[in-house]
Amino acid sequence: MAFKDSKLITDPLADNNPITIQVLGICSALAITAELEASIVMSIAVLFVLGVGNVVISLMRNIIPSKIRIIVQLIVVASLVIIVDQVLKAFAYELSKTLSVFVGLIITNCIIMGRFEAFALANGPWRSFLDGIGNSLGYAVILIIVGFFRELLGSGTLLGFPVLGDPIEKTGVYAFGYENNGFMLLAPMALITVGIIIWVQRTKNPALIED
Amino acid sequence: MEHIELFFKSIFIDNMVFATFLGMCSYLAVSKKVSTAVGLGAAVIFVMAITVPLNWLLDQYLLQPGALSWLGEEYASYDLSFLSFIMFIATIATMVQLVEIIVEKFSPSLYNSLGIFLPLIAVNCAILGGSLFMQSREIPSLGLAFNYGISSGIGWFLAILAIAAIREKIRYSNVPPALRGLGITFIITGLMAIGFMSFGGMLTGGDEPKAKEETATVDVVKEDAQKELANNNTKVVE
Repeated sequence: MAFKDSKLITDPLADNNPITIQVLGICSALAITAELEASIVMSIAVLFVLGVGNVVISLMRNIIPSKIRIIVQLIVVASLVIIVDQVLKAFAYELSKTLSVFVGLIITNCIIMGRFEAFALANGPWRSFLDGIGNSLGYAVILIIVGFFRELLGSGTLLGFPVLGDPIEKTGVYAFGYENNGFMLLAPMALITVGIIIWVQRTKNPALIED
Repeated sequence: MEHIELFFKSIFIDNMVFATFLGMCSYLAVSKKVSTAVGLGAAVIFVMAITVPLNWLLDQYLLQPGALSWLGEEYASYDLSFLSFIMFIATIATMVQLVEIIVEKFSPSLYNSLGIFLPLIAVNCAILGGSLFMQSREIPSLGLAFNYGISSGIGWFLAILAIAAIREKIRYSNVPPALRGLGITFIITGLMAIGFMSFGGMLTGGDEPKAKEETATVDVVKEDAQKELANNNTKVVE
């Protein structure tokens, strides 16, 4: 893999992150992050849809008329998302209940449309594939960070395992008087957590600061 | 009464932006000026008021399990609900194209100021989210579906109008440099969401057992599965 190609993967992880810098695909990043497991499954779903979708669009880029390209792109994404949805319903039914309509909303996840428009329509399949993987990993990083903190502080568990001790029998951290912060599980704290991630990221790299 | 309840519920309690985070991308990108925010908000209300009832009809007479029974009895067992994503998004893309043509014809200035964001309504999650929630909450009639579409649109409009007004003012305040722009917008939205949470008690008095219903259905499914398993086991034993 040439240096230029490897940048396609590493760039979106931090300095060109789809969520915190390009401001794409926020909805699902906020809505399903109350549990770490849901965040991880969502990331994998987006990884699949964006990786495959980017390759498909890139292969078709010379035969799509530009006037109806949005509809074509939507149909490609929608078909891939149907696959994801059916697989989830078959193998992880309860998780698909938690994710509810948000799996369907991958269709309108702006990261996917954004990458199709900005990259896949102008580049070959291999580079588009790498770009898709890179961007969905960048998305996954934020989702996993937010999910980690929300689940840890909100319910004291990670992936469903109690890591801070037992809140009822007062073992572990709870012995020192710690209580779960249930507010972390509610909608507003997702927004504030992402806001804090952006704050930290831009403090570390002042080149990203907006005026 | 049902209509009034749904109307206020979808504007304030289940507000698209503050309760379910739908349409956040355009909400963050187009909210720098009040005038563009109003244009986009109006377009969203319009598109939602058309697509939600249309998708309701599609869902009712084509996609739901048993929806095809109007064709004849042999079709009653068909379940096309896995096609709903693709049908909904096709309706939405068509309607957005239509709105684009109409706006371009009757108000070129609005068309120019919206620019790229008009086609982007097609990928605004609020629009598809409206249709998907309409499906998952099983809204019972066409009139209610229309009401739901228009009132969720109004809720979204309210949210983007409020944040645009705040962002116009915040330009004059001394925000830490690293928080400027996106960071502070996220945090303000979070604070507004806390405010909107207090509308939750508006219709119910604050004791709605919402989460329980969902877990209950899951439990029933689990029990059924267990019963089936048990049955199979007994059969094997026999």
